[in-house]
Amino acid sequence: MRVNVLLFASLREAIGRSSIALDLTDDATVRALIATLGETYPALAPLLPSVKVAVNRGFAKLDQEIQPGDEVALLPPFGGG
Amino acid sequence: MMEDYVEITTRPIRADEIVGRLASPKIGAVATFVGTVRGIEADERIDHLEYEAYQEMAIAELRRICSEVKARWRTIQGIAIVHRIGSVPVGEAAVVIGVTAAHRPEVFDALRYAIDRLKETVPIWKKGGGRWISED
Repeated sequence: MRVNVLLFASLREAIGRSSIALDLTDDATVRALIATLGETYPALAPLLPSVKVAVNRGFAKLDQEIQPGDEVALLPPFGGG
Repeated sequence: MMEDYVEITTRPIRADEIVGRLASPKIGAVATFVGTVRGIEADERIDHLEYEAYQEMAIAELRRICSEVKARWRTIQGIAIVHRIGSVPVGEAAVVIGVTAAHRPEVFDALRYAIDRLKETVPIWKKGGGRWISED
């Protein structure tokens, strides 16, 4: 399946794009998505250990399965306030 | 029950306007927190910070904080949280939080909880002096 991934802040700047389309296996988890991202975009790899992942605008665990049409977002460490 | 109010805006935030949103004859205490942009970041002078948000999720997380506060402190009447994004000059407010109750004791604890949770759970980022800044 093809999943659209939103990138913010340092991640967006690392590759100069605010979203990317990623091809994943149909039973892919959040963990697999992160691994695929790191392989496909080496510039993101050093930033990935500190990211949180959101699926459909809520925090996702690493073993959560991604469904077609999900809104996935990669969230580097926050700086609000 | 007082309606809570959350907003992410590119415009300057006025704390008095936010306190006004929480007005109610039931309240006898309003605590506000105003987080402002510091002119020094990592020992370097800066003149502004650049904020960005994952807007839809940030709004959802701000609403969640309001719910959490009211679940923990049953006497809290209203909460308003407004965060500014875009370029915020030194000295101006990046975030304003207001918490109200009939009496004062719980507003301080609730306010502290709200700003601490905001920093942990709300997808907002800031850049200053060429660096992304986080407390993590």
